[in-house]
Amino acid sequence: MVKKQYRSTGEVAFDIFNYIILGIIGIVAILPFLFVVAGSFATEAEITKRAVFLIPTTISFDAYKFIFSTDTIVRSIGVSLYVTVIGTIVNLFFTVTMAYPMAKRYLMGRNLILNLVIFTMLFGGGMIPTYLVIRDLHLLDTLNALILPGAISAFNLIIVKNFFQELPVEMEEAARIDGCSELGLLWKIVLPLSKPVLATFTLFYAVGHWNNFFSALLYINDPSKWPLQVMLRQIVMLSQSAAGDLSLMDPNFVQPPEQSIKMAVIVVGTLPIMCVYPFLQKHFAKGVMLGSVKG
Amino acid sequence: MKQGAAMGTAEIHTGSAYRSKRELIFKRLKRDKWLYILLTPGLLYFLLFKYVPMWGILLAFKDFQPFLGFMKSEWVGLEHFRTFFQNPDFFMLLRNTLVLSLLNLVFFFPAPIILALLLNEIRLSFYKRTIQTLIYVPHFISMVIVASISYVFLTTQGGAVNEFLYTYTGSKIDFLADPDWFRPLIILQTIWKECGWGTIIFLAALAGVDVEQYEAAVMDGASRWRQIWHITLPAIRSTIVILLILRMGTILDNGFEQIYLMMNALNREVAEVFDTYVYALGITQGAFSYSTAVGLFKSIIGVVLVLGTNWLAKKFGESGLY
Repeated sequence: MVKKQYRSTGEVAFDIFNYIILGIIGIVAILPFLFVVAGSFATEAEITKRAVFLIPTTISFDAYKFIFSTDTIVRSIGVSLYVTVIGTIVNLFFTVTMAYPMAKRYLMGRNLILNLVIFTMLFGGGMIPTYLVIRDLHLLDTLNALILPGAISAFNLIIVKNFFQELPVEMEEAARIDGCSELGLLWKIVLPLSKPVLATFTLFYAVGHWNNFFSALLYINDPSKWPLQVMLRQIVMLSQSAAGDLSLMDPNFVQPPEQSIKMAVIVVGTLPIMCVYPFLQKHFAKGVMLGSVKG
Repeated sequence: MKQGAAMGTAEIHTGSAYRSKRELIFKRLKRDKWLYILLTPGLLYFLLFKYVPMWGILLAFKDFQPFLGFMKSEWVGLEHFRTFFQNPDFFMLLRNTLVLSLLNLVFFFPAPIILALLLNEIRLSFYKRTIQTLIYVPHFISMVIVASISYVFLTTQGGAVNEFLYTYTGSKIDFLADPDWFRPLIILQTIWKECGWGTIIFLAALAGVDVEQYEAAVMDGASRWRQIWHITLPAIRSTIVILLILRMGTILDNGFEQIYLMMNALNREVAEVFDTYVYALGITQGAFSYSTAVGLFKSIIGVVLVLGTNWLAKKFGESGLY
């Protein structure tokens, strides 16, 4: 471990085996997705000729052209983007404003509130009573139904609270003596110190919104308000054509192969995540461990 | 504000000696008024979206009639529960739920631990980080995408896997409709999606192990296997136990989205679980009271399992969750 020790052949063999097996696991983790990306650029001929490939011989953008020429998919991408952006802002606002007071050990009623929050992690009303509350609030078929019911994740709230609690108290005291108000303290001292945590939870909340399927399935019946994930299921699993009217309008229109349209929709459904992943990746492992279970 | 802000916790305690309790509470409320104002949106959220639905659980004991409303609907006691337990669906749901959970426990639960142990043995930090980056990716992909990818590859109509099978064996397998393939598919999807992510917590626990212990073990002539067995594994035991407890609580939760997306008329017999049943009866058919009762039954068993496992863990000398 520290100095170079004598290593038996068994250990060397273990190391080689370990490097190879982990390499394979790493590739397997992204391979299915790479196949889908390759397939989305394929032509009809390619798909019937070769079953699995990573590099198509002729690259065709027909599937993507088709997707972005249909109203239904473009609209659902818009819904997903809206819910992701607004939803994440709402999440961060609610989480931070609640976590900050809860991090103050001297706050009256703090333990009661903490216990109320923890209880919701253990037991909940369940699908039907929650649905009825959403219905009675007249949120059904509104995009708010995709945002408000998940405004705070109790688990994330507690991690952020624990993080705020660990910040050095001296800094806050110094700012207070200088005449900083409670809100100024949160805005000027605490939030700038919490950038890594906030980055992590921005990612988690945003990914959650982009990937959300369950709430839309429950609360949105109007197809024009479906987010992309619901549309994706319609197209890929229920094999519903993205927009049949397009081929009727344009006689020269050649529909690209069904398989590559499906694959292209899958790619579009994953793209934003793949775009932000590299930037936030370095933060999240640390962020997850902050204040959570200390093994 | 300034005067209040300068007052620390210590002052309050000494001050309380000669002030009435009520006056003190009032003073603290006033001093921390901004904190309470900040708390309000969050508290409202929890009350409205978490605690009001808990009140709605009473539906399980009523015969809910939409035109009568929640308050006026008639009380029926445990009737919905009785109907549910006498329904042959009950055993199907219980069996499917438990079999899936058990398979998950046996095949999925140990996977991140083994993967973390393997990763921990890698000394080349560049290689280790690259592998970690790759195996975390599937966690961020939605279940709809995972199911979609499965569909696209496994379908008998031009799916890559079946085209491949057809070329070499001359026959196709309808993975998506065959009930025998449902459970393996679910487990494989779960492992692919969450196994890498699951390593984070174990790797963090492993990073905390004292290096001197390994040095001492090497001095005593311990092989790599013995180091893993006697130092590494005991070091992460409490983490494993905590995650096991959390897992027990969700034993009747099989992940609604995944099951719902992979279920169809042909594999329903092995696929239908409590959550999908509640959805089908409650949301799509409007049997609110009955499906609330089914959901409540599930939640109660879940809570009992968490508390029970936690109690057991403490009996065996582990620290447990609380």
